Amino acid sequence: MDTLLDVRDLHVEFRTRDGVAKAVNGVNYSVNAGETLAVLGESGSGKSVTAQAIMGILDSPPGHITRGRIFFQGADVLSLHREARRVLRGARMAMIFQDALSALNPVLSVGDQLGEMFVVHRGLSRRDARARAVELMDRVRIPAARQRVGDYPHQFSGGMRQRIMIAMAMALEPDLIIADEPTTALDVTVQAQVMELLAELQREMRMGLILITHDLGVVADVADKIAVMYAGRIVETAPVHQIYQRPAHPYTKGLLDSIPRLDQKGQELYAIKGLPPSLLRIPPGCPFHPRCPMAQEVCRTDEPPLYEVGPKRGSACHFWKETLGG
Amino acid sequence: MAEAILQVRDLVKYFPLTRGIVFKKQIGAVKAVDGVDFDLFQGETLGIVGESGCGKSTVAKLLMRLEEPTAGRILLKGEDITRLSGKALKAVRRNIQMVFQDPYTSLNPRMTVGDIIGEPFEIHPEAAPKGERRRRVQELLDVVGLNPEYINRYPHQFSGGQRQRIGIARGLALNPEIIICDEPVSALDVSIQAQVINLMTRLQKEFNLSYIFIAHDLSIVRHISDRVAVMYLGKIVETGDEEQIYEHPTHPYTQALLSAVPVPDPSRREGRERIILAGDVPSPADIPSGCRFRTRCWKAQERCVVEVPLLAVPPHLRESGGPAAHDSACHFAAERDCAATAG
Repeated sequence: MDTLLDVRDLHVEFRTRDGVAKAVNGVNYSVNAGETLAVLGESGSGKSVTAQAIMGILDSPPGHITRGRIFFQGADVLSLHREARRVLRGARMAMIFQDALSALNPVLSVGDQLGEMFVVHRGLSRRDARARAVELMDRVRIPAARQRVGDYPHQFSGGMRQRIMIAMAMALEPDLIIADEPTTALDVTVQAQVMELLAELQREMRMGLILITHDLGVVADVADKIAVMYAGRIVETAPVHQIYQRPAHPYTKGLLDSIPRLDQKGQELYAIKGLPPSLLRIPPGCPFHPRCPMAQEVCRTDEPPLYEVGPKRGSACHFWKETLGG
Repeated sequence: MAEAILQVRDLVKYFPLTRGIVFKKQIGAVKAVDGVDFDLFQGETLGIVGESGCGKSTVAKLLMRLEEPTAGRILLKGEDITRLSGKALKAVRRNIQMVFQDPYTSLNPRMTVGDIIGEPFEIHPEAAPKGERRRRVQELLDVVGLNPEYINRYPHQFSGGQRQRIGIARGLALNPEIIICDEPVSALDVSIQAQVINLMTRLQKEFNLSYIFIAHDLSIVRHISDRVAVMYLGKIVETGDEEQIYEHPTHPYTQALLSAVPVPDPSRREGRERIILAGDVPSPADIPSGCRFRTRCWKAQERCVVEVPLLAVPPHLRESGGPAAHDSACHFAAERDCAATAG
């Protein structure tokens, strides 16, 4: 398979008044064409910052990429010129945001916003762009697209707005889509509609998809492989089926164990103790050690590398064997 | 479980839609809550689930008397509290407290934790004499698992989960019997949600609290609830105990809702039958005639357009006597195997 995106040893920090927040600390992952990578993590784990660095939309300052490389279709995008980067963005990689209402421009009609993609990147006339906008709205199954193309974002429901975001990302048939919590703001019934649409379009167009989420359920439904992030690091990576059956990192195991299950009704839920660390003061050694039930002396001093624990599986835990076994 | 501590009868809340500034004319109404009945028993948890806009948060506000109901009655231990005002209302409010969704906006950033948790004592001075308040606040901090020495800190010095604990401590301050929790964990990280749910379960046992637990996360509601009510467009469409609703749902909306929940198990990805509902929830200002779910229902027939289905045990299911025989507002209520959530 051809590698579409390859992120190598990426480091991002935010220089703030209170100090340097190390948001991303050596992230490696890759996505092939037609593949779905789920990046799972809680707020502050660095999952969105990594995505912003890939897209080239990191707020800088305060954000700075201090180390690492990002290869997209073989080209090192971090060394590209600003203008070349802009052409890449939208045409060959696109992003879907969580909150469609704030990601869309409230004073432009959705038709104008969708059409703008074709005017700017393809040099179409306004009239042709409008026609393409209607086609796109049809494609993401917005009812009565022709009548609604002149409507403004606030006139659509949350699910419909998210469809417009998807339409906009798909407009130029990019090779890679990054979806940052695309369904978190939606109700479950609408979430199911939107995820199905996204998966269907991805299959049709053979795009690579990076799905950023905190929802273990959504991941299980659509992902091919998973990267679990904690404190700016990837702590576990594996094909989707294996991670749910036998997690190799105590953090992943804790997350899976804290999902309410039928046979635990009325009992205490398993809870990971403590809090995620502040990015200004990431603990030395393994960043998860203050919360880890398996932590030993070595975890306080030595940061674990991403051990190879099986075919295409990695775990950044000194005791991955014990975790897999227990 | 003998006497219901809270009884809600035919509760209605319409928000008027008006046109004109000087001469206001009512041109319609948003029917946020449109005839809701339920009982809450001592020491139990009633879960209320439904999509955004179904009226579940309005129900919470009505119970707190933060909104005036358009019609209907709320009985607290047999006493009608719907029309109370002044002193009598204040006394009732001591007994019903609320925990809010967003611990970032529901705590005043300029007040210390001690002042926030102690504020209920300012309003109800009889609950704790002045000299004892500080000690009582420290006790409450301890009860919710926070260090009592944090009493002089401000909300921004705490994480989301800790802030929600502060919100819970404030809710407990007046020793209420009922706590209404409106999405208490949905703003929290996954690893923190379980901590807060465990705390709430522990407090319920310790103080014999009754919870109304409003949430959209069906697996958490299942874990904490004894009984569950499913709301759609201002009405309860199905209600029963946790097993009846999750294992034997008979209303098509409940079935669709459950089937839409992603299951954290990739091996069940294939073969799991899903009901994907078409379209969006209709506007509560323009509710469909007959059954309000019919516009999205795959079972809808002529009868559903003209006849409003009542929330009762459907006659054709009553004989079975099994778990399918529970209240369901559907003319064609029937069990259907939909892979339950979080199995």
